[in-house]
Amino acid sequence: MLRPSHFAAVLLFGLFASVVFGITQRETPQKMIRYGLYCFVLFAGSAIVLSWVMFLIAR
Amino acid sequence: MGTAPNKAATAAKSQQQGFVYLPLIAGWLVPGAGHFLLRKWGRGALLAISIIAMFALGLAMDGKLYSGAQDILELLGMVGDLGNGLMFFVSRTIGLGGDPVQFTTADYGTKFIVVAGLLNVIAAVDAHNLRTGRKS
Repeated sequence: MLRPSHFAAVLLFGLFASVVFGITQRETPQKMIRYGLYCFVLFAGSAIVLSWVMFLIAR
Repeated sequence: MGTAPNKAATAAKSQQQGFVYLPLIAGWLVPGAGHFLLRKWGRGALLAISIIAMFALGLAMDGKLYSGAQDILELLGMVGDLGNGLMFFVSRTIGLGGDPVQFTTADYGTKFIVVAGLLNVIAAVDAHNLRTGRKS
């Protein structure tokens, strides 16, 4: 059974979702790539920021 | 009331269009197939790889395949799973999918499977939009 870390799971989730969002939500290849990267950065970035927020709350 | 040339043009257009829901249905049943039918090979391949990988990772994490609708949450999970098309039916038939969640990663796996289904629906609708000309 595959047991990735929480962060690895977030990155995998963000990667696949960003590819689909990029292709389906934009029309030209260049815009698809830019939007896909934007979505991925938001997925990963929000996970990191929320992790730090929860860490600071828990202290 | 249309004139004869208008009727001929309409008939020719509808004949040219064929069955417009074919990419939608094909895309739902097999991830990326809707785009392949429209000869969008690159987009179709990327969509297929992403959705199939997400579904397979969900199963590898021992994610659960919803089998019934005992309550509203189960029902919503089932709807998400159904978005996977043939992958869901085949996996159910051969008994893949974990038991009720016992590990955190198994819960992630269940969510991966549901989200793969929802992403597949988005991809199938995108293929339909390409087919009807709403998107280029």
